[in-house]
Amino acid sequence: MNVNQLIDEQHVIVCCGTGGVGKTTTSAVLALAAAQRGRNAVVVTIDPAKRLADTLGLDQLGNAPQEIPRVRWDPDAHAPESGRLSALMLDSRATFDALVHKNARTTEQAERILANRFYRNIAGALSGTQEYMAMEKLHELHEDGGYDVIVVDTPPTRHALDFLDAPARLTRLLDNRIFRVLMAPTRRYLRVASVAVQAFLRTVAKVIGSEVIDDIVAFFRAFEGMEQGFRARAKNVLEVLADSSTAFVLITSPRRDAVDEAEFFAARLRESHLGVAALIVNRVHPDYGESLDPAALRHRAAELEGADGEAADRLATRYENLAGYVTLAHLEREELTRAGQRIGAGTVAYVPSLAHDVVDVAALEEVADCLVHEATR
Amino acid sequence: MIVAGKGGVGKTTVTAALATAAARTGASVLIVEVEGKSGLATCLGASPLEYDEQEIRPGLRARTLTPDQALLEYLEERGLRRVSKHLVKSGALDVVATAVPGMKDILVLGKVKQLEVAKAADLIIIDAPAAGHAVTFLLSPRGLLDAMRLGPVRQQAEDVIELLSDPARCRVLLVTLAEETPVNELVDTAFALEDRVGVKLGPIVVNAVPSDLDLDGHHARDDAAAAGLELPVGDAEALDAAAAFRHERHQLARKQAARLASRLPLPQLQLPFVFETIGPAQVDQLADVLTSEVTAMPDALVP
Repeated sequence: MNVNQLIDEQHVIVCCGTGGVGKTTTSAVLALAAAQRGRNAVVVTIDPAKRLADTLGLDQLGNAPQEIPRVRWDPDAHAPESGRLSALMLDSRATFDALVHKNARTTEQAERILANRFYRNIAGALSGTQEYMAMEKLHELHEDGGYDVIVVDTPPTRHALDFLDAPARLTRLLDNRIFRVLMAPTRRYLRVASVAVQAFLRTVAKVIGSEVIDDIVAFFRAFEGMEQGFRARAKNVLEVLADSSTAFVLITSPRRDAVDEAEFFAARLRESHLGVAALIVNRVHPDYGESLDPAALRHRAAELEGADGEAADRLATRYENLAGYVTLAHLEREELTRAGQRIGAGTVAYVPSLAHDVVDVAALEEVADCLVHEATR
Repeated sequence: MIVAGKGGVGKTTVTAALATAAARTGASVLIVEVEGKSGLATCLGASPLEYDEQEIRPGLRARTLTPDQALLEYLEERGLRRVSKHLVKSGALDVVATAVPGMKDILVLGKVKQLEVAKAADLIIIDAPAAGHAVTFLLSPRGLLDAMRLGPVRQQAEDVIELLSDPARCRVLLVTLAEETPVNELVDTAFALEDRVGVKLGPIVVNAVPSDLDLDGHHARDDAAAAGLELPVGDAEALDAAAAFRHERHQLARKQAARLASRLPLPQLQLPFVFETIGPAQVDQLADVLTSEVTAMPDALVP
């Protein structure tokens, strides 16, 4: 599957990769390209750069998708009538709150949970929550959004793939036996709890204070009966991710550390039986000719440095510079070959290193052109 | 010294170069890696870092320090080894860490403070988590002070704040690329760190800046003619294209560095763009540049 097919046919595109490789930008590019090719597209971004957010019309914060006026994303009016582009910036707290409301039996139960300090910490700080909420949002848009294609950006951390096991972690947290014991109406259960558990609870209370324990207990009490709904929901989210209409796109740059991280992500996806549909390599440096040899160019530079005159000096400088870029191009090619082999992506697409930041529609289109028209090399 | 910045700007490279430069002055240096990534060891040509220190070169040691390791050590030091095992196994640790956000960060920072107090090295350099997270990481002790009235963790948080807000003991060195988005994020991070964490910032490291070739608009073919040389076929075009690319990059970097300077009145240390993959040799070169740039700065600004 090449990038064309990806944006023409897939229903969900999840963009993964480490920080600083252009993941958010690439997500926006894919959604824009899909819209310009006539699809009803929405992009879920996590933390867009300010100017990109402005471009996408995300200046008014909102956890619901906002449609971007056609004149902004299709200034030349080339796109088919059916094309539409929407964007939203994920508010993971609000998404979690909505999930609680949906699963609570009564409004009072939901309110009680939302007011709990422990809940606020889960919603704000539990590792993987933001990632998981991105997936939850995806599920919601998938269920009732009516979009042809949903492009999801993931947070720029090594733990971005935590969304794969975040549901498990969350349910494990909600099922925690020690705190279930604490919730029991009488303290009789505490006596049956093992000595180790009691020792543990005493220690915890001593170290972090008994108020914290009270918050936790209150939370579990309020949450009673909602675990089932959460677990079912988590299962549905994983089903959407595993569906053949969902594609994972891995984004990287051609530098070694980024490629190493990309490999890590690919391995992590494989563990969960999810494949990488495409590898997009951003910021590839230009190649000034396959036959150029850095050592020969450097040798030429050294010869010229020995020669007299400013013109010769300048030529030496140029040869030295060209040798540098050719070295870089060779290294990048090696990295990409390595990446291609180890990641085993269905398709690999390259975006050249551009001299400007990609923050406006023209630049997004420029990147889209690279992906769509020169997708394979 | 805490090295922080957006992902992909070269924090790890800067950490390695800084540590190398400092070790050369005869100081004992300890690098602390807090995210369990492997880049640092690779660029210093060392084997993967572990919780136990390893000497990478004379005067330069490195180790990892992850929250789980720090927690186990914290509990073991208090004679709670068995409890700690149970904590991890039962999943209760997740519950506690969630109940007290910043708990994990404070454990790491607490351990760093312990190393500092014990004078584990003349200079301890922390390769911090990526930018947005760096603010949360360093804010964790303040958050804990609000959440807890007493207890050993509160004491730990107070000690860490004392360390962070004492410029004689701790500085944050921010790293960026001379590009639009990284510069914007750096400015936001800088203000958040100064205002909310109360930490003193060192100079800004602007990484991967391509220097100017000073060709003054001359073209390869004209220069070849002037020097009485014949260029191989295709060379003139390739030379000019590569020089033009470099020039464009240099201009962009200069513009962004100037924009950064106007928004953030802090001295800048500029490191050159490196063509090769970063390894020990490149780290040595960058350490040379850092040394000469720092030497050229007024004394008051030297970290």
